Amino acid sequence: MSETTTYTGFWQESPRPGILGWLLTTDHKRIGILYLGSLISMFIVGACLGLAIRLELIAPGRTIMDAQTYNATFTVHGVIMIFMFLIPSIPAAFGNLLLPIHIGARDVSFPKLNLLSWYCYIIGAVLAVASIFGGGGAPDTGWTFYVPFSTQTSTNVSLAAFAAFMLGFSSILTGINFVTTVHRLRCEGMTWGRLPLFIWTLYATAWIQVLATPMIGITLVLIILERTFGAGLFDAARGGDPILYQHLFWIYSHPAVYIMILPGMGVISEVIPTFARKPLFGYWAMALSSLAIAFAGSLVWAHHMYASGMSDLAILVFSFLTFIVAIPSAIKVFNWVSTLYKGSIELAPPMLYALAFIFNFAIGGLGGLALGAAASDIHLHDTYFVVGHFHYVMFGGGGFALFAAMHYWLPKFTGRMYNHKVAVIGWALLFVGFNITYMAMQAVGIQGMPRRYYDYVPEFTTLNQVSTVGSWVMALGLIIMFANLWRGMRSGRPIGLNPWGAATLEWSIPSPPPLENFGEEDPVVTRGPYEFKGVVADEY
Amino acid sequence: MSIEHRDDTGDRFGMWLFLYTEVILFSGLFILYAMALAKFPQQYAEASHKLNIYFGSINTIVLLTSSLTIALAVSAIQMGRVKHCLNLCWVTVALAILFLVNKYFEWSAEISHGIYPGSEQLAEMGEGVTSFFNLYYFTAGLHGLHVLIGASLIGVVAVLTAKGKVTSDRYTLLENSALYWHLVDLVWIFLFPLYYLIL
Repeated sequence: MSETTTYTGFWQESPRPGILGWLLTTDHKRIGILYLGSLISMFIVGACLGLAIRLELIAPGRTIMDAQTYNATFTVHGVIMIFMFLIPSIPAAFGNLLLPIHIGARDVSFPKLNLLSWYCYIIGAVLAVASIFGGGGAPDTGWTFYVPFSTQTSTNVSLAAFAAFMLGFSSILTGINFVTTVHRLRCEGMTWGRLPLFIWTLYATAWIQVLATPMIGITLVLIILERTFGAGLFDAARGGDPILYQHLFWIYSHPAVYIMILPGMGVISEVIPTFARKPLFGYWAMALSSLAIAFAGSLVWAHHMYASGMSDLAILVFSFLTFIVAIPSAIKVFNWVSTLYKGSIELAPPMLYALAFIFNFAIGGLGGLALGAAASDIHLHDTYFVVGHFHYVMFGGGGFALFAAMHYWLPKFTGRMYNHKVAVIGWALLFVGFNITYMAMQAVGIQGMPRRYYDYVPEFTTLNQVSTVGSWVMALGLIIMFANLWRGMRSGRPIGLNPWGAATLEWSIPSPPPLENFGEEDPVVTRGPYEFKGVVADEY
Repeated sequence: MSIEHRDDTGDRFGMWLFLYTEVILFSGLFILYAMALAKFPQQYAEASHKLNIYFGSINTIVLLTSSLTIALAVSAIQMGRVKHCLNLCWVTVALAILFLVNKYFEWSAEISHGIYPGSEQLAEMGEGVTSFFNLYYFTAGLHGLHVLIGASLIGVVAVLTAKGKVTSDRYTLLENSALYWHLVDLVWIFLFPLYYLIL
């Protein structure tokens, strides 16, 4: 079924041969592929842990693991999925693959730093995995490392915190690289108004990475110092303040959710115009709403802390600011839908993932408002509703956007197309399983089931069973999707330059792109990213 | 444009972004300081008087001087005076080492009085005093680590300058290292009055 092609672009062209050509590469595409491979591996580990949690919760009482193992499992699931999968997912993998090509550059501004950031990621990932197996046992604090428990437990919290610190370093380096690249390396004719929206969201994300990540760095260092010296900075008995820890933690970790979702929104903004054959509705509104989300999102962190005992005034202010973030988010949703209106819609796999994103993100986003309003949050705080909401926006949003990106761009970077029918089956299972799993969680949360608990009262059994069964459907969908993509990348039908008929720059160069992306001549851009006039899709 | 292309402005731009991240890293500790000061104003003043102002003042002078020497080193390389530049770099490194030695004696004296994070003697002095010294050690410690990193960086750049890799035509590396060094200085400029002077 596969024709042999001699051309393999950047997969073959490298200053160094063999494995060193990958481990010492400074080519942004190779680094993107390295990132993609490592973070998908971490995703699979995290997903298995998630399945184990769901399996444990299929019935009250002990099912497959004891309480301590359960605590460790949800902690490591959270740490892996957040720090090792969601935060680097789209920016580090597809951002690296695409950002230079999208703006007509040959690489990022600091190619060596780019490679260093991948090594920081790998060190962090190795340490995090080591913390599961090392001396004191896997960390059991939850991914938030809340004090006082995190300074008292005997498990490997210091190692896990240091792992997250290294991952933060990796994230900062990527952020610095991207901001500088967007400012300095746009090709001739690539004005700010012609940047693809994916680049606008990466740019906004990069600013959050640069400005917010150091805060988690110092917070995690303080946790390690607390554990090493027992100083008592967050211990109320010794003049410290545990709530201050929560503030410091969320000053980064709330903006971090925008690191996870904004690039996903960028992917959706690329996919939807392509498969609706229409320019994106409201370019500037979309571009500026990305910056607005980045800015406003940095001012809302304390909405995680309504029940912590902070002042009523603070609750009022942070609740208000939280609702402000809903405005630019809604602008995006409405503009995607307006783009679809009267478009010539083609339901190719990337488009299905994009539409699923809008559906999931709308549910997750509205649930976020229920949590952002102080009155309803007091009821919903620390229940499974929060878990459901978070997975709706992060997995249903960020995760689905990554899958959309994989279906949209992997053919470009491998030069081969996957099987569309199997992709649709995988998508359907994933979408249905996803909604069963997390809708049941939201429902059981409203009924009052607290999150992170090992056991629950028998009244919650039915919904938990539904959720667990949903997780199996979802797992099946994931397996089909990954298998299909893998098969497609290795032996799918070769494609031409532009299989989707998209108008951004990457579709005008060979698939897979060559080293340095463009030939002898630097590209000159004369039109916007969504002007489809004269763009013809190649048959494949 | 090729991969080997050169973009000095871009390099400086990236360095400034990195310096922002450093400022925010330290700002976390300054936030903790502000909150604790509001909670224990008197105990903070009492604890502050236990610090030896002579050590602090000498180190302030040392660091300010080193900022001057590294700035002069950048000017020297711009004018092509390599030897002069090298001397100034090594003076900067020497001053950094002097700073750390001074810090070592200061901390030794304090630790010998039982003042260090987690000590029982410190806990007996009250919550505010404990909080003050915890923050003092962590902030000054993190700053000391930056002094060490900055001095190593300048040392490496000096070697590269001697080898002719940094020249009057291509000095962004030295300039960026100098920027980093100024940041180390800047943090101290805030740290010194907050802990030694104003209370």
